[in-house]
Amino acid sequence: MATEATDQPTTHEPSLWQPRIVALLCNWCSYAGADLAGSSRLRYPATVRIVRVPCSGRIDPLYVLRAFERGADAVLVAGCHIGDCHYAEGNYYARRRMTMLKELLAFAGVPPERFWFRWVSAAEGPEFAHLIDEITQKVTPLGPYKPELREKFLLLDDLIQALESLEAEEPVCQHIAPPSAPVVEATAEVQPATADPDEAAGEGEV
Amino acid sequence: MARTGVFVCHCGTNIAKTVDVKRVAEEARKLPGVVYATDYTYTCSAPGQEQIQEAIREYRLDSVVVASCSPRLHEPTFQRCVEGAGLNPYLVEMANIREQASWVHSDREEATQKAIDLVRSAVAKVQRNVPLYRKELPITKRALVIGGGIAGIQAALDIADAGIEVILVEKSPSIGGRMAQFDKTFPTLDCAACILTPKMVEVASNPNITLWTWSEVEKVEGFVGNFKATIRRKARYVDEEACVGCGECWAKCPVKNVPSEFNAELGPRTAIYTPFPQAIPNVPVIDKEHCLYLTKGRCGACAKACPKQCIDYTAEDKLETVEVGAIVVATGFEVEPGRLYGEYLYGQHPDLITGIQFERMVNVSGPTGGHIVRPSTWDPKTEHGEEPKSVVFIQCCGSRDEEKGVPYCSKVCCMYTAKQALLLKEKLPNAQIYIFYIDIRAAGKGYEEFISRVQDEFQANYIRGRVSEIIPEDDHLLVRGADTLLGRQVEIPADLVIMATPLLPCADVQELARQLSIQTDKYGWITEAHPKLRPAETLTDGIFLAGGCIFPRDIPDSVASGGAAAAKVVDLLSKDHLLSVPTVSVIDESLCTGCLTCLRVCPFKAIEEVEVEDPRTHEKRTIARVNEGLCKGCGTCAVACAAGCPSLRGFTDEQILAEVDALCV
Repeated sequence: MATEATDQPTTHEPSLWQPRIVALLCNWCSYAGADLAGSSRLRYPATVRIVRVPCSGRIDPLYVLRAFERGADAVLVAGCHIGDCHYAEGNYYARRRMTMLKELLAFAGVPPERFWFRWVSAAEGPEFAHLIDEITQKVTPLGPYKPELREKFLLLDDLIQALESLEAEEPVCQHIAPPSAPVVEATAEVQPATADPDEAAGEGEV
Repeated sequence: MARTGVFVCHCGTNIAKTVDVKRVAEEARKLPGVVYATDYTYTCSAPGQEQIQEAIREYRLDSVVVASCSPRLHEPTFQRCVEGAGLNPYLVEMANIREQASWVHSDREEATQKAIDLVRSAVAKVQRNVPLYRKELPITKRALVIGGGIAGIQAALDIADAGIEVILVEKSPSIGGRMAQFDKTFPTLDCAACILTPKMVEVASNPNITLWTWSEVEKVEGFVGNFKATIRRKARYVDEEACVGCGECWAKCPVKNVPSEFNAELGPRTAIYTPFPQAIPNVPVIDKEHCLYLTKGRCGACAKACPKQCIDYTAEDKLETVEVGAIVVATGFEVEPGRLYGEYLYGQHPDLITGIQFERMVNVSGPTGGHIVRPSTWDPKTEHGEEPKSVVFIQCCGSRDEEKGVPYCSKVCCMYTAKQALLLKEKLPNAQIYIFYIDIRAAGKGYEEFISRVQDEFQANYIRGRVSEIIPEDDHLLVRGADTLLGRQVEIPADLVIMATPLLPCADVQELARQLSIQTDKYGWITEAHPKLRPAETLTDGIFLAGGCIFPRDIPDSVASGGAAAAKVVDLLSKDHLLSVPTVSVIDESLCTGCLTCLRVCPFKAIEEVEVEDPRTHEKRTIARVNEGLCKGCGTCAVACAAGCPSLRGFTDEQILAEVDALCV
């Protein structure tokens, strides 16, 4: 679908359902890559809505959950390629955080096609256009965001917020109101892996 | 309630052709807090900007959204525009409906709908913006130059000439660096010392330059305009003020066999020494590892010989702290000592030397007094040695070899090898010269012509191919290699073999880079802020780069980069104060538990640990605080904090979530 511009107007087909993709892009590489797709007059589906942040390291996993919560059908997080970060190290942190988030989403039963984490450089306009094509193609068959998923996202959101705001020694489960029994089990299960997601994301190899 | 104004741009037909701009403005008018919305042909034009300013005044707008091109293009334009109407520049947001809507979509309905969404998102954000102000930061009008090679010398002189104080720190006993070791320079064959030593003298005599040799940077704190550097001034054991460099001390020193670093270990030096006769300052240092008095407690010959009682064996390292506004890193490179290819037997045969050793040998002030000899036959007593009749130069002894960890080209070897061949032929016209090469890289003014001259006029035999092994045979070395142009093996009996070894980043530059919060690449070369557009700067404001610490450079490039770094320093330090960027992190100190996770993730060391006292309980506790001079506004800390204490101004959680929410409607 990412093709050279043609002057021929396309007819709008309102009957066709299209997903709503929320993209969180770093200012220096991926947002610039999206701009380049524009200035190169490439075509990609009008399914993506972009939020500009200074660095992929600024992207809190909660933003992704929030987008799902509010009805996004897919979320894309993109930043500079490893080694190219404008702030030297931000994308390393993003990589760890998003890897963790991917696990959490898998735990919540979210199809992997709904969450995308990619590197897009300022020179990769065509790649950006192809990426939006690809996401659209993969997400369209899944259909709209399922309302029943919302509950899960709300839970995950609560869970992460609770984990983040607690002192380490305090028991986590008391602070989460479990809506049903199976979820309590799930909470206990997920706890050790995510005890402090940001510490896991923030320390170590950069 | 907010009073937001929305301005939708047609960008001629760039936007209006695909996006129904009238409808976008209409829909914007329905958004909460939007009191005015309009569309215009060219919003960035003078009348377009006037229209915004008028609307701000007429409708008492407290925030503005411009729906037009990318904020990467025109955000500063519209920030200035609203500022002109008395609005804080951080109360404007842009909806990118050109690059990210009209130019990438052809369906008018879809593009218009997307534009409406983007405007809604920008409105949601701007209504959560707060005025941000740039702060005035003081500047210390003094510069620190680290490294006294030709690049550092040039930078120091240029900064000092602009009337700014400079502290030049050099870790070896004298300034001069690599260039001081060279005999002549390519392609003009200027004598290196003749053009370098006047500059060294200039450094010593310039009243604006404080020269600290035998010193190293230990610690750097602070931020642009306000650095605090701790310099270790290593014990010299010689009174620098009193010494006149008469040389009585090193003449009497009984330790005479320490390999000379300056002569690339080709000759010896004494334990008390100046690296070379033209050293600046011309004050010796005592090598505490080899000095008999300092190691065994007996000798003292130099102290007895010194007519001015300059020797002090009890001297100790001194730490000096200096405040500087800018720093130039000009720490240069190291020359690989020839150990990469075991099959070349370096170190096992004295007639196998490196390029830098040949440079010392051919120099009249070098260990052989400028005689080109086979080191195995050299007798220092009679100062005589056998002259080589057949000499083999081997280029790329490690460079361009991924296996050896040096996939890059060291850039200067093709040229210096040709130069050395020429110097050799000048002194020994009957010698046969063979040069093994992979490619000849002679891009530079007069370089290619120089190579041709060495080939034609000086009859150097260039052999394209690599050397597979060097075998000691009778009284010579047998060099076995391939001639890939003729497609056959060659064997050359050589009296002297000279290897062009790769240039490597200095081993200790990593620690310095850590202190300065600047980056190095995978080899250890220091990374520029931008390889094309900001080659003299680093990503840390106020820290600049010159010379071969970035990558191998020849003399003209090093001098040029020294001048470029100096221009940047002068530009910075000629200001009376700095304006801070307000879009930085700020930590809510009342929430901060002092876990310092943010401090650990900050790539710019912009977060400091501070102790505060509770005004009520007088309890002391540790918290994290952002140094706004250092913070670059990446926001990594804001995500890392478990309690959400840091918040990035201009990109707060509230602002970003408002955008996300607005897009999901």
